[in-house]
Amino acid sequence: MRGRLLFTALMLTAGLARGETGGDPENGQRLFKQCSSCHQVGQGAVDRIGPHLNDIFDRAAGASEGFKYSQDMQHAAAGGLIWDYDTLDSFVENPRGLVSRTRMAFRGLPDEQDRVDLLAYLRQFSANPANIPDATPAAAFVEHDVAPEILAIVGDPAYGEYLSGECTSCHQINGAGDGIPAITNWPKDDFVTAMHAYKVGVRAHPVMQMMAGRLSDEEIASLAAYFESIQ
Amino acid sequence: MEFNRRAFLGSAAATAGVLAAPMVRAQGKPRVVVIGGGAGGATAARYIAKDSAGAIDVTLVEPSRTYYTCYFSNLYLGGFRTMESLGHSYGTLAAAYGINVVHDWAIGVDRDAKTVTLAGGASLPYDRLILSPGIDFVDGAVEGWGVSAQNAMPHAYKAGSQTELLKAQVLAMPQGGTFAMVAPPNPYRCPPGPYERVSMVAHLLKQTNPTAKILIADPKESFSKQGLFEEGWNAHYAGMIERVGPDFGGAVVAVDPVAMTLSIDGVVNSVDVCNVIPAMKAGRIAEIAGITEGNWAPVNAADMSSKMDENIHVLGDAAAQGDMPKSGFSANSQAKVCANAVRGALTGSTIFPARFANTCWSLIAPNDGVKVGATYEATDEKIASVAGFVSATGESDEVRQATYQESIGWYDGIVSDMFS
Repeated sequence: MRGRLLFTALMLTAGLARGETGGDPENGQRLFKQCSSCHQVGQGAVDRIGPHLNDIFDRAAGASEGFKYSQDMQHAAAGGLIWDYDTLDSFVENPRGLVSRTRMAFRGLPDEQDRVDLLAYLRQFSANPANIPDATPAAAFVEHDVAPEILAIVGDPAYGEYLSGECTSCHQINGAGDGIPAITNWPKDDFVTAMHAYKVGVRAHPVMQMMAGRLSDEEIASLAAYFESIQ
Repeated sequence: MEFNRRAFLGSAAATAGVLAAPMVRAQGKPRVVVIGGGAGGATAARYIAKDSAGAIDVTLVEPSRTYYTCYFSNLYLGGFRTMESLGHSYGTLAAAYGINVVHDWAIGVDRDAKTVTLAGGASLPYDRLILSPGIDFVDGAVEGWGVSAQNAMPHAYKAGSQTELLKAQVLAMPQGGTFAMVAPPNPYRCPPGPYERVSMVAHLLKQTNPTAKILIADPKESFSKQGLFEEGWNAHYAGMIERVGPDFGGAVVAVDPVAMTLSIDGVVNSVDVCNVIPAMKAGRIAEIAGITEGNWAPVNAADMSSKMDENIHVLGDAAAQGDMPKSGFSANSQAKVCANAVRGALTGSTIFPARFANTCWSLIAPNDGVKVGATYEATDEKIASVAGFVSATGESDEVRQATYQESIGWYDGIVSDMFS
């Protein structure tokens, strides 16, 4: 109830005509699962593979401090890109249409109603982050748990660089990617978690299951160390 | 005085020798010559130059200034790619990594002197030689066909003008005409390639010439991704494609490039286009270097070194290595193992254990992509497969579309890994 009230209030103050066409934040929350393997939003949200999305409305592009944005996103930011309803809508519809070599490996939401709903959900976390509706969520979609001792393994970046030859036949080292996502600059823990999720079959991609399947915990840690380190 | 003078000269010479040593060493960085600028050679040259950061002198010998990838050239036939989009230059390899790119043919290898002779007359000394020459065709493999007939009956199995010629011929076919393919025996470059090509030609004909027929003479009992291709052909190109396997004479073929006929087990077919893909062998320079056994160059799996010469490495299609298919992906994978080993041998850098992988995507129809892949390890005898997968028949449209999108991502990835 509180969330709904807040949502209504925001719509009034923001005066966004399009929001009034009836965005459904609950459906938006469901749609956000596609985003949540990279982005967090809500209380305690932090930058992960992608930047956190609290207060994304009216935030300047490329402005989450400490996050390593792609060069193209930095250029867009320097050019004055601001995330308002229209630019977010356009970015979510086709990320590379707006920022051509963004590292965001998402094909886009072609359905307009889906975007209206997703932005309705995200809008709840803007304007007043102290009043974030859910107490717990940070909305991160936990797909797989990796034991702390595995996350604690310190990888050898030199070995990781050699092993990365198996990745760079498909994943581009410059961070570009369409059809196959960029994997540079991921936080180490996210990289390790994703690879273990492929290794045990929680993530469903057959090539990645095969590639991860024969990597030891130390090798995954080495790859994570390498990919986190490169620009 | 005489004695002193002689002694002085002697010691001066000795001193000069000592002083000269570091200079000779500075000029005499270890030298790697790479022959062939495709997925194996370009990758090996790039990784050795990049990772040795100037400590190794790398020369890449490749006749073409623009390299057209064989992978995705079938998509050009189908109208999904332009030829320009398949072309790549060696500019970045020279400018960013200091690779000496020489556009010439290698015509000789002196293994004792460790030199490579170029058609232009130059001689290139090497400490390690990497051969990645791709394929050539076995003489007389298809009765009636030779390279002098490749304009009448293109192979289109080295991408570029041959591919463009084949497409022009398909577009010029009379309505209801016949496109014939003579498929190659194993082993050959790109196992699913002939069948992806059939799919792409069928896609093109479906739009321009829907009553046309496709006839395949095939010496093999079975082929890569067969179930997937046959399912797709039934779904997209019903009644258009006929394949004659060895049980019905698919291995007993002869062509007449003047009369434009294809004879299968004595039955003569008049055809409008005939794509002859003959039996293959290692690119000729491997044979010239004297490191082939039969049609291919046997290698040690751990570092892709020739079994006949430890200073020569062979990558990609030309190598007899074991279980990996002859593909651009395989060559790229082998090149990185080889680069690591060569660098270690020449500069003392860490040599990590060999590991290989391959994935081959094929397009059957618009947004109908399939794939097959495997991982491999080095054993004493060969490169041995570890685990693999193949797309399933009956997959959803979404999965097939995602697979196609992924193949586009892979293309961008591998050419970036070779040329950028």
